[in-house]
Amino acid sequence: MTAPLNISRRTFIKASALVVGGLVIAFSIPQAKRFLLPGAAKETGNAGEATLPAPNAFLRIGTDNTITVMLAHSEMGQSIWTTLPMLIAEELDADWSKIRVEHASASPAYLHTAYGIQITGGSSTTWSEFDRYRQAGALTRQLLIGAAAEQLGVPAANLKTENGFVISGDSKISYGDLAEAAAKLETPKAVTLKDLKDWKVIGKATKRLDGPEKINGTAVFGQDVHFDGLMTAMVARSPVFGGSVKSFDASAAKQVKGVQQVVQVPTGVAVVADNYWAAKQGREALKVEWDLGPNAGLDSKAMLEDFRSKAANPGLVAAQLGDSKATLSKADKLIEAEYALPYLAHSPMEPLNCSVRIEKDACEIWTGTQMQTTDQQAAAKILGLTPEQVKIHTLFLGGGFGRRANPAADFVSEAVHVAKAAGVPVKTVWSREDDVQGGYYRPMYLHKAKIGLDTNGFPAAWEQVTVGQSIMLGTPFEAFMIKDGVDATSVEGIADSPYLKEIPNYHVSLHTVKTGIPVLWWRSVGHSHSAFVMESLIDELAHSAKKDPLDYRRALLKGHPRHLAALNLAAEKAEWGKPLPKGVSRGIAVHESFGSFVAQVAEVSVDQGAVKVHRMVCAIDCGLAVNPDSLKAQMESSISFGLGAAMQSEITFKEGKVQQSNFHDYLVMRMSDMPKVEVHIVQSTEKMGGVGEPGLPPVAPAVTNAIFAATGKRIRQLPIGNQLA
Amino acid sequence: MIILNINGKEEKLDVSDDMPILWALRDVMHLTGTKFGCGMAQCGACTVHLDGEPIRSCVTPIAAAVGKKITTIEDIQNDKVGQAVQAAWSEVDVVQCGYCQSGQIMAATALLTSNQTPTDADIDAAMSGNICRCGTYPRIRAAIHAAATKLA
Repeated sequence: MTAPLNISRRTFIKASALVVGGLVIAFSIPQAKRFLLPGAAKETGNAGEATLPAPNAFLRIGTDNTITVMLAHSEMGQSIWTTLPMLIAEELDADWSKIRVEHASASPAYLHTAYGIQITGGSSTTWSEFDRYRQAGALTRQLLIGAAAEQLGVPAANLKTENGFVISGDSKISYGDLAEAAAKLETPKAVTLKDLKDWKVIGKATKRLDGPEKINGTAVFGQDVHFDGLMTAMVARSPVFGGSVKSFDASAAKQVKGVQQVVQVPTGVAVVADNYWAAKQGREALKVEWDLGPNAGLDSKAMLEDFRSKAANPGLVAAQLGDSKATLSKADKLIEAEYALPYLAHSPMEPLNCSVRIEKDACEIWTGTQMQTTDQQAAAKILGLTPEQVKIHTLFLGGGFGRRANPAADFVSEAVHVAKAAGVPVKTVWSREDDVQGGYYRPMYLHKAKIGLDTNGFPAAWEQVTVGQSIMLGTPFEAFMIKDGVDATSVEGIADSPYLKEIPNYHVSLHTVKTGIPVLWWRSVGHSHSAFVMESLIDELAHSAKKDPLDYRRALLKGHPRHLAALNLAAEKAEWGKPLPKGVSRGIAVHESFGSFVAQVAEVSVDQGAVKVHRMVCAIDCGLAVNPDSLKAQMESSISFGLGAAMQSEITFKEGKVQQSNFHDYLVMRMSDMPKVEVHIVQSTEKMGGVGEPGLPPVAPAVTNAIFAATGKRIRQLPIGNQLA
Repeated sequence: MIILNINGKEEKLDVSDDMPILWALRDVMHLTGTKFGCGMAQCGACTVHLDGEPIRSCVTPIAAAVGKKITTIEDIQNDKVGQAVQAAWSEVDVVQCGYCQSGQIMAATALLTSNQTPTDADIDAAMSGNICRCGTYPRIRAAIHAAATKLA
């Protein structure tokens, strides 16, 4: 039997750090100037130069020469466990084999340099930490050189660093041997970063540092947390969102072997047991009478009809230029189309879970979270503690895709309530059914577009109405993400479309619908629906104008060099225009999101209504590619995630209840569905963008545009499902 | 009291015999490399070997394992094929979030044990029960081919 995993391991890490002592770098870096969301600093009251947090600790050098990098962000597959250490290693001239990595605790020291809270999201980790982590490495290197200079009695200017050593002529001292002396020196006030021509690590394809432990089963996820006395709980929740417990009978549940307690919490009734199996059986034996509340009649088909009737009239204006109405009335050709996309669950492979231990004036939480700050605040509020009294241990996330960054802190708050009510340490675990039916979905959207073409076949006027729920409403981000009633994430990719910039008359508007269904950002947020609509519409226009879809885009995007670079590279690598095997057709799409520009060409065949995607060719301009291999992996990942949603996934409601429950009816990509994927990187020195999400938006339209090329049928509603059968 | 052979060792477990192998491994033995993903044999995250055959441990009660050998991710490096699969996973740098990978590796090891030269169609058939939400499928496919080449 192996020892209990992560607690002993973490304790060991802590103990070994104390034993080896060494250098702790403490310093403050002003927040990043780029990509600052308006009002972010003011909104949180934490970021900004005036309220700089306590000195940070980003790396630790042990006397055994190990360099431990503390991650301000969470590793959920996107490979920042490797990318952020690369930034430090570059400036530190570290020995890569000596790098160790840890998730940092929840602390003001680790606030996002642009967003002002501790968060992993918005495809922002690498660009937002690009300076801070390099500076951490460079400052440390200066301190080590300073210590070596004192020790050797030579001027610092005569010393150089290489692979974990400070070198003076023929002699060299390891970083570990210098660590204690360096820790006593004053931190430099300024630091010079390497010129990019001197980079040895940044830009080089680098293998994942978390690879070995994820291959041999020792990586610790939230689900794997175990320590003596930790109970497992499952919560019976209302089958309808917004419902509440009328009464419950726990007598049968308490008869189940291993069930210890049944307690009521705000979200339902928790069965607390020795293990998952007992908790699950106990929950099945539990009898709860529910007041289903105001949403018992929810029906997504009826909702879509409601969306459709709303779309008949313009909503609140999101973007406007010229006189679209007058232009449309005299357009050479008129295109009208309606597009719809369903609710979607994130369904990360690791079901949600959170372990909580409450002690006097303290609380410890072990979970995989993308948003430590709000989780910490929520737990503190429930327990009457200060945030500092709540310690969050971030474990590896078995996928996030946005679900584990919830401003409502739903799964953490619930787990805290359970542990509080039970009076013992508890790991609250969700089943897959709980996950699929538990909400915080990508919202359902409907779009109605009316576009007038000029005599050359190019758009002269564009009207578009979007209908859907707001993701930001009611969150702390509302104040700066919703302007004049328009949630920026509902219309991103539309209101700021590069195509609209080339059109003299447009009108983009939004109806924000309120329902009882909890919604949340889902990988690529608003772009997950807007790119499908915009890139499909452009394709419709190209075909209507009898122009090649690639040439048509090139003509409209001639003032947008980064779009063009991605588009041209994808087209070139896919050999656009070259004949394909019989029955196979191509579709193309390009979209900007999170500061990156991605184009994709899909090769698709349709056989008796069955769609087969054979190959996806992807090109991205994200500016500098810090780790080209993990960038490629993120494109592969986004293509898989996007294909699943395009082809099969949907959450629907009937009589208030979610109709899907597990992977047999909430369908996602599997090996046999996966096409060949080729990823090509635009060599770029432009501003850095993200890579975790931008690969997703063009997937669906590239595929449906290929389906149109193959069959002449325009897919205007996702998922594609059996629409071609 | 039930006696199970887990990774070559006899272990005594004081649990009801309808408990799925998954929870006996995870919650009783604290062998947490085997993952819970769906609880109904839909995702493959819980794949272990029972006498060398890949099974979904989330729906297989421990009663079904009595007298048989359970092998988990924690012991697969002691299997020649398992070792080659893990080496190929490392070579191709397959993993992302990593949560499904224990199950993927167990499924791939079983495939390569019974079929030393799997075609893409063989890989589709053997691996489509293992979901990866990160979409590491192209790399899993490449790693299986690489391991097959090494083992040949």
